[in-house]
Amino acid sequence: MAEVILKGLSKSFGTDVGIADVSMTIPDGAFVVLLGPTGAGKTTTLRLISGLEKADAGEVWIGGRNVGAETPAQRDVAMVFQQYSLYPHLSVRDNLAFPLKSPILNTPVDEIERKVAEVASVLQISHKLDNKATALSGGEMQRVSIGRALVREPSIYLMDEPLSSLDAKLRTDLRVELKRIQANLGATLLYVTHDQIEAMTMATHVGVLNEGRLVQYGTPREIYENPNSLYVASRLGLPRINIVPADVFGGMPAGVTQIGMRPEHIHQGEGQEAEVQRVEHLGDQARLHLVLKGHAITTIADPHTTYTPGAHIKIAPKNPLCFDAEGARIS
Amino acid sequence: MSSFSVTEPSKRSKWFAGTLVIVYALITMVPLAWIMLTGFKSPADAISYPPKVLFEPTLEGYVNLFTTRTRQTDEFLAANPPQTWYDEIVREYDMVIAGPSKFGERFLNSVIIGFGSTFLSIFLGTLAAYAFSRFKIPLADDLLFFILSTRMMPPIAVAIPIFLMYRQLGLSDTHLGMILLYTGVNISLAVWLLKGFIDEIPLEYEEAALIDGYTRFQAFYKVVLPQAATGIASTAIFCLIFAWNEYAFAVLLTSGTAQTAPPFIPTIIGVGGLDWPAVAAGATIFLLPVMIFTILLRKHLLRGITFGAVRK
Repeated sequence: MAEVILKGLSKSFGTDVGIADVSMTIPDGAFVVLLGPTGAGKTTTLRLISGLEKADAGEVWIGGRNVGAETPAQRDVAMVFQQYSLYPHLSVRDNLAFPLKSPILNTPVDEIERKVAEVASVLQISHKLDNKATALSGGEMQRVSIGRALVREPSIYLMDEPLSSLDAKLRTDLRVELKRIQANLGATLLYVTHDQIEAMTMATHVGVLNEGRLVQYGTPREIYENPNSLYVASRLGLPRINIVPADVFGGMPAGVTQIGMRPEHIHQGEGQEAEVQRVEHLGDQARLHLVLKGHAITTIADPHTTYTPGAHIKIAPKNPLCFDAEGARIS
Repeated sequence: MSSFSVTEPSKRSKWFAGTLVIVYALITMVPLAWIMLTGFKSPADAISYPPKVLFEPTLEGYVNLFTTRTRQTDEFLAANPPQTWYDEIVREYDMVIAGPSKFGERFLNSVIIGFGSTFLSIFLGTLAAYAFSRFKIPLADDLLFFILSTRMMPPIAVAIPIFLMYRQLGLSDTHLGMILLYTGVNISLAVWLLKGFIDEIPLEYEEAALIDGYTRFQAFYKVVLPQAATGIASTAIFCLIFAWNEYAFAVLLTSGTAQTAPPFIPTIIGVGGLDWPAVAAGATIFLLPVMIFTILLRKHLLRGITFGAVRK
């Protein structure tokens, strides 16, 4: 395992910006999650580190060496693709063994067998080892695809939304499993996801990308509690953070044009009067969908709340996040 | 409830399709059966009218195909009793076997030239198709059109220039010359067909292989080639059929050492009258390699075995 450093990395495709001037350090043993909407440059970042794309500018350092001139094979990275690209002409076993048999690793046969068996049991695909790769369900294919990365001990694992195609239960199981494997191996992992729970539970660091730029990089708590912009604030949190103009509640410092309130950061019982639109009982909590002066606001309430649509409730922000007209944070 | 199904064809359409296939098979296979049967007829049965469907089979045609014979005097025949079963067959016409005919050599030439040019077309075609499919090549579309344009004229239109060129280069009547010629004709087909097949193989497989520790060429060899097997097999069959059956250039450019079977078989007619059974025997044997090759590769002709492992 190794530390990976990106220095001023840029890549564009024709006139489209892939990523622009991204610098970040992925410490040895860290689990870094990249967040951002489609087209923000998450996958491009992975492909630049792996060597599948050549950077227009900037450097990639893996384990203390500049890998700019190295091929993907020489960089010693493992990657799980968003599209599970299993080799269709090989069995599951041969798919898992494929990286181990490469001329670079050239693993002895008994070692290959041991590792394949081990990974297959972790991913619960032992009984499918002799199947053709094409004779699997989507979830099984994705597990084999993850397994093909896990049989190796590369400098860094790169994973591009590896769990997005799995059903909820398997996703939860594998999330826990991945985190456990990462912690046990002390593996360095760069992980792309849209899923907030994955980001919050697995990551040691979160990087938020916006139109190819790394806009904030820190621990998940920092990103959640202390976002440096409106954009970052709205990337994490479910239900999403409520954004309203500053004058709705008033009393904000000069320059603040918008405030952001997480659903749990709304004080009930005083302040402005809002109307309840909808109540969602989720079991462990209830969500209240309110309208305040034409602005939709979501907050959480006691699971046994007795509010019904049409009821009126007074709310006030509790430690709101303040943003200026450009969306930058004002503290 | 009726057993109506959207995907299952109705009984009537199945019956109709079945009849159509049988009729088509009859039309294409009757001439083949005719040739194969004629090979086992005696010369008299072969030209009898009305044609004989039931006849006494004989290997005369095959013996005549593989041998040259001379007529001998009665004294000579009496002094030299026949040694083998094929001696006996030719004795009926007061002849003895003088030696092997050239058919074996010509057939071997066909095998060398046919399979040699097929291998070369596929080898070069696969590499070129891969390059066109995967790399950014300047003017790729124009180059591809240029390659295709070599197919827009009948090859025989350039027969005379090629004849003169081959004479200058010393390629006339050589195996190499014929292999190069048939490869030249086939390569455009090979590049175009194979490019289509390789285009369909998603790039992700190679990218995965590159990351799994393989070089570009190893990824091509281990991941792309096995998946292109279907396309390679069908392209190879097309190339082989052309090179195997080609007649005009073979007549023009070969006469001795590199002569293939197609120009040789008709020459049998000239030797000792219209020996149709020998011609039919030659045609039957000539058909076999392509038939066997096609049967061996037929499982690769079924598509759909390599697709479906990439989520789109």
